[in-house]
Amino acid sequence: MAQKKKKTIRMIPQARTPAHEQDPLVRAKNFEEVNCGYLVEDAQLEAERCLMCADEPCVRGCPVNIAIPDFIQKITEKDYRGAYDVITATNLLPAVCGRVCPQESQCEGVCTVGESLESVAIGRLERWVGDLAIKEGWSNVPYIEPSGFRVGIVGSGPAGMACAADMAKAGCDVTVYEAFHQAGGVLKYGIPDFRLPNAVVDAEIGKLEALGIRFECNTLVGRLFTIEQMIDEMGFHAVFIGTGAGYPSFMGIPGESLNGVLSANELLTRCNLMRARDFPAFDTPMQPGRRVAVIGAGNTAMDAMRVSLRLGAEKVYCLYRRSRAEAPARAEEIHHAAEEGVEFQWLVSPVAILDDGKRNVRSVRCVRMTLGEPDASGRRRPVPEPGSEFEIEADMVVYAIGTNANPIIGQTSKLKLDSRGYIATDESLSTSMPGVFAGGDIVTGAATVIEAMGAGRRAARSMKAFLGLRDTDFVYQQRPADPGEALFGIHRAEHGFARVRLPR
Amino acid sequence: MTNAMSGAGCEVVTRKDFSDVTYLLEVRHPMMAKAARPGQFVIVMAHEHGERIPLTIADFDRDKGTITLVIQAVGKTTREMQRDCKVGSHLSVVGPMGVPSHLTKAKKVLCVGGGLGVAPVFPQARGYKENGAYVIGVLGFRNRDLVFWDDKFRAVCDELILCTDDGSIGIKGMVTEGIRLAIEKHPDIDECVAIGPPVMMKGCAEATRPHKIRTVVSLNPVMVDGTGMCGGCRVKIGDTVKFACVDGPDFDAHKVDFDDLMFRLQRYREAERDALARYNENCRMRNPEAAR
Repeated sequence: MAQKKKKTIRMIPQARTPAHEQDPLVRAKNFEEVNCGYLVEDAQLEAERCLMCADEPCVRGCPVNIAIPDFIQKITEKDYRGAYDVITATNLLPAVCGRVCPQESQCEGVCTVGESLESVAIGRLERWVGDLAIKEGWSNVPYIEPSGFRVGIVGSGPAGMACAADMAKAGCDVTVYEAFHQAGGVLKYGIPDFRLPNAVVDAEIGKLEALGIRFECNTLVGRLFTIEQMIDEMGFHAVFIGTGAGYPSFMGIPGESLNGVLSANELLTRCNLMRARDFPAFDTPMQPGRRVAVIGAGNTAMDAMRVSLRLGAEKVYCLYRRSRAEAPARAEEIHHAAEEGVEFQWLVSPVAILDDGKRNVRSVRCVRMTLGEPDASGRRRPVPEPGSEFEIEADMVVYAIGTNANPIIGQTSKLKLDSRGYIATDESLSTSMPGVFAGGDIVTGAATVIEAMGAGRRAARSMKAFLGLRDTDFVYQQRPADPGEALFGIHRAEHGFARVRLPR
Repeated sequence: MTNAMSGAGCEVVTRKDFSDVTYLLEVRHPMMAKAARPGQFVIVMAHEHGERIPLTIADFDRDKGTITLVIQAVGKTTREMQRDCKVGSHLSVVGPMGVPSHLTKAKKVLCVGGGLGVAPVFPQARGYKENGAYVIGVLGFRNRDLVFWDDKFRAVCDELILCTDDGSIGIKGMVTEGIRLAIEKHPDIDECVAIGPPVMMKGCAEATRPHKIRTVVSLNPVMVDGTGMCGGCRVKIGDTVKFACVDGPDFDAHKVDFDDLMFRLQRYREAERDALARYNENCRMRNPEAAR
């Protein structure tokens, strides 16, 4: 490679290239994407901002370790297809991850440029490459040698997709089962179109199908057939469970069964997957909320609030018992929600939902909180202020305070669960049943899309070891110095693949 | 269209019309027929723009590989299905969902079905019979024209009490009257299963409560996914809140808060009414003869 002069922080464009966004007041009335992404010149300019530092902290910050400087380098060289190839070597869904990853706490959070300026907009660049690939119809279908193994994946969300892709590339015959009528899991039912259009998800699923992966929708694993049956009767050599944590929590305060009280999952599923927003062209109905109170301040809460605005709510409140600093949502999501007109009520906790005498919601009775000593999670524990009760007028209350483990797999199999009902796994994501792996929210509890994908890939690695398939990544990994890891000069992970060549 | 976007659907192999509003569909799904147990339900989607509606499995035939659904045309989707689901058409069906009924080894069992609930109580009656119980069936209809499956029940019940609102067949009165007669004759009834409209199940719960007969009802609240994800189907059971789709649909009748259930079933009443009115209007415009 030609020796280039090393870039310094003074040489790069100082300000982060802004992404084009719809005007907040316009977008709060439509379901078009908020962030319109980069144009090619924006991508070029932003790519220049990467220092190509030797340390590469961003790669370590990425849950799937995308070779970030390499793909940015390709963009500066105008080799966009090359950039796509670099990303898809580790991440098959760049158009999805570029949109929904919390980059500020991952790759961008540790970016060297970010120490003195705003960090490189890695997420926006990744998305730009992903969108370009969809537009140009690029997909990377490697030469796949069939290995003869059949792999079953339960759940077509991000964890399942990532695991399916890796196993398909390893030559396995992969079938993904989905209970809904469309594949995509939370990417379809949960994340609204203005953040992640369903067309993008479909395009990425199309690429997985190009790898030979079959998607079987309308299939409720556990009830239609069990995990045990998959291994014993249906001929799967290994199974991955990525069913997510979809069982919504409520608070148990009075008034929760009133009409107009629902979970964020229900609101989002009706609106996004069932397209209730297009009622009556689509048959699923939706209650209209004029004044909506959303409880919680995570990403799901932000989605629920912004969906409510777009469905025509005049007023949307966010009720959160801690302060903005503790809110689990991405900073960008809170910012977007505020721009669109959501009213944040920090340090407020509902104590009862009051009715109008006709079983509809009239208002939410709340109490003000103060922050006390840090609790087990390290966040300061909210304490109610005595005598601070007040009412917020609302006709719809949406719960977005987290979810629990989906119980179906636990009810129908003998897999070991942990004390909270999640599937118990070891470090390698193996469950208590040989050949059955699990990952994503059903193991860790609610987390992010990219973390679920990371878990799917980790499980795929263990699954390959279990099936005796060679992990191609291994060839490029650095050998550990510890001689205990090697036996007769052959690394332990390679033992199954060592061939002894005899002299002729 | 790829399979990832929409299942191919199950073929409708039999259709029977019991009355103007009640019809039976038998759909082919060998795997589901093998997996289904009494008390479980399916979710049906009529077409790509359709809503997901939960329907209790009325029967399953493992040899033929079919699932039977009995449907009442009360809203837009069920009317549309009544119009479109002919033999040979396809329907998107997912299931079986819910925890199967726990069929005990009780000696004497009362199986109560009201209106459309007559269909899903059938597999339970048959299951109890197979377990060696003395099964007393109590079926309620509005009038004799709406009666269906009394022959099927006779085959699995030791006694059958038909009740009609107008007395046109069987005894005159509601199923609660039938229950009263049955309990009078058999004071040793161990268990009761009641399926039907919420108000009927509430009546059954009150009829058996003084006799301390263990009573199970199958609840059918508003659902979206049926897999425990939306929480729309939450019901009050004693002091706790349960999701009917994954914790039920069977619950102890004496603990169910039926009033809460009935109110929650009306959540989308306005939208449902609008959809039906619009559908009827469309049908009239498209086919003025048939609508008369």
